[in-house]
Amino acid sequence: MSSIPLTWLLGLSAAIFAIGVAGMIMRRNILVMFMSIELMLNAVNLAFIALAHRLGSMDGQVIVFFVMTVAAAEAAVGLGIIISIFRNRETVQADDLTLLRW
Amino acid sequence: MTTWFPVVVTLIVAGLVVGVMCTINMLLGPKRPSEIKGEAFECGNPPSGSAWGRFSVRFYLTAILFLVFDVEVIFLYPWAVEIRRLGMFGFVEALIFIVILAVGLIYAWQRGALDWD
Amino acid sequence: MINFSQINLVWLPVLPLVVIATAAMVVLLVGVRVDDEESDGLGWLALASIVIALVLALGIFGQSGIAFAGAIAIDSFSAFFELSILIAAALTVLMSLDYADEHRLPGAEYYSLLLFSVLGMMLMATASDLIVIFIGLETMSLAVYVLAGLLRRDPRSSEAAIKYFLLGAFSTGFLLYGIALIYGATGTIKLVAIHAALTGPLLSNPLLLLGLGLMLIGFGFKVAAVPFHMWTPDVYEGAPTPITAFMAVGVKIAAFAGFLRVFMVQLGPASAAWTDVMWAISALTMTVGNMLAIVQSNIKRMLAYSAIAHAGYILVALTAGGPQAGGAILYYLLGYAFTNLGAFAVVVALERRGAAGDQIADYRGLATRQPLMAAAMAIFLLSLLGIPPLVGFVGKFYLFNAAVHRGFVGLVVIGVLNSAASAYYYLSVVVAMYMQEGGFLEETRRSRPALVAAIAIALIGTVLIGIYPEPYFTAAGNAYQSAMSPEEVHAATAMAP
Repeated sequence: MSSIPLTWLLGLSAAIFAIGVAGMIMRRNILVMFMSIELMLNAVNLAFIALAHRLGSMDGQVIVFFVMTVAAAEAAVGLGIIISIFRNRETVQADDLTLLRW
Repeated sequence: MTTWFPVVVTLIVAGLVVGVMCTINMLLGPKRPSEIKGEAFECGNPPSGSAWGRFSVRFYLTAILFLVFDVEVIFLYPWAVEIRRLGMFGFVEALIFIVILAVGLIYAWQRGALDWD
Repeated sequence: MINFSQINLVWLPVLPLVVIATAAMVVLLVGVRVDDEESDGLGWLALASIVIALVLALGIFGQSGIAFAGAIAIDSFSAFFELSILIAAALTVLMSLDYADEHRLPGAEYYSLLLFSVLGMMLMATASDLIVIFIGLETMSLAVYVLAGLLRRDPRSSEAAIKYFLLGAFSTGFLLYGIALIYGATGTIKLVAIHAALTGPLLSNPLLLLGLGLMLIGFGFKVAAVPFHMWTPDVYEGAPTPITAFMAVGVKIAAFAGFLRVFMVQLGPASAAWTDVMWAISALTMTVGNMLAIVQSNIKRMLAYSAIAHAGYILVALTAGGPQAGGAILYYLLGYAFTNLGAFAVVVALERRGAAGDQIADYRGLATRQPLMAAAMAIFLLSLLGIPPLVGFVGKFYLFNAAVHRGFVGLVVIGVLNSAASAYYYLSVVVAMYMQEGGFLEETRRSRPALVAAIAIALIGTVLIGIYPEPYFTAAGNAYQSAMSPEEVHAATAMAP
């Protein structure tokens, strides 16, 4: 059976990662920035799975489990902090966070 | 490439079926719009307020708790599949893992994160 | 003395970690029942667990091996870093006891998160596999993000938390992508196996080089190296001051533990690929850190930029590489822990609720109002500046000396010039304390023995390790060599002049 070439998968992963980085840099809504970070982590997961498949090693797949749980924990912490900022300031725009010089 | 051929056929057929059905419906179906029909559907009750209303922040709290505990279970599936081979060692490890999760749950419970009001 | 060899070797090295993890959970569960104003008991509990872990960590010295299927390294390198981290944690708890009461920080969350972040740091120090480094890093970071935002009534604190969180998570993405590519290039995530695989054509594998670059960015963020330092001053200013101290010391030590083990020890064969980049980052970090520290008026921001500059000095030795530089970095970090925590402890002692008192102008005339406090602060600042015989001088000397031996004279010249420039802002605080009048009147309040104890311990460390450096420096050197493979140690000692 022919399978999708590794370079395609790595290319897709790199593209998703780049979209995440671009979103993080260009968007100013904290929630969208946060979603961009999650996108980056998922791009990494894709790369790990593709490489694990190619190398025939389990390590890559195990890492994906850990990355997913860490991403969930990060989401919980991040949303908590965003809620607390919203309660204090009624804004989710990064440009409004000017109490400390950015 | 030949192995992907059935997938391509399935995609095309699926698209065709949906397209044809929607077109037939558009051409033949009667349309009598009224104000009541245009309302948002809320299980038969008359809708109240705007659909863009804010949700209580408590939903976030519940969602966050769900998210964490839901994803942590990911580690129990591989363990459950291999439980016989892993034996006592695996059992104790999983037990420790669950106890740590339980500590988190007890903390959330004691702090009142599970109370609605 | 406990005979450690009789305890099962696989479990012994992780015992300090187990103690800290258990204590964190106990503090969390007991703490929910305790009022925020009475969190002292929780603090003492945390401190007790840290001291127990400290004693257990001493038992790891001199051992060598790998446990848990290659995930955990048992060596003096781990032990030395665990010790430094635990000392930093203990001092942080001491300076937090009164601070937490006065600022009504939630005790259960505060101390358990502190312990969880210590757990993550220790995990990073002992990791011998890229997943464990990642998990340790995240355990540490997630806890510290929340700690930074724990002053819920102060909008600056939550702003610091969100900035730290966004940029921290961003950098984690880079680190992780780097790990993925290195995994792809070498086919393994075990550091020792990666080390063994780095030969011949693999060294110019684009996947490996890209992975190295991305990991460098990830670690660069965590140690606050320029140009990845943007978050540091804001976060340090907004976070509760003891947490700022902990970030400036604990997080930095742990990040350097990972950085050192991954880059200097295990990726050493590929050093040709990153030496030039590291050279530039190091020079930039020292220069930008010092230049921006000069223009600060807030003491927490000033110390933040000073922390960036110190990361730059450490990077000088990291660029140079070699066992001598490795030992110097370990020694420097130990001394830096005492000195910097001491300086922050004085800031904690002087600041008032509502953040008044963290301007450098507030330190005017401190020598007449609180002579002992002013003297302590002066010693810490002089050590950061690098005045003999304090530990800051000795550490810097070892760092630069190691770099000169490896032929990085240009970088060392930049470092020495920077060190001289840093005199301006460190001495301006000393001048304000001793030669100027005014400032503001501190609140008269009850004595705070724990905080005074923290300052005293930091002072003893700063002076003692500086005056009498040999045993510590030898231990640091041995610790660094324990992380290397035996053949390399042999080759390195044969090469040494």
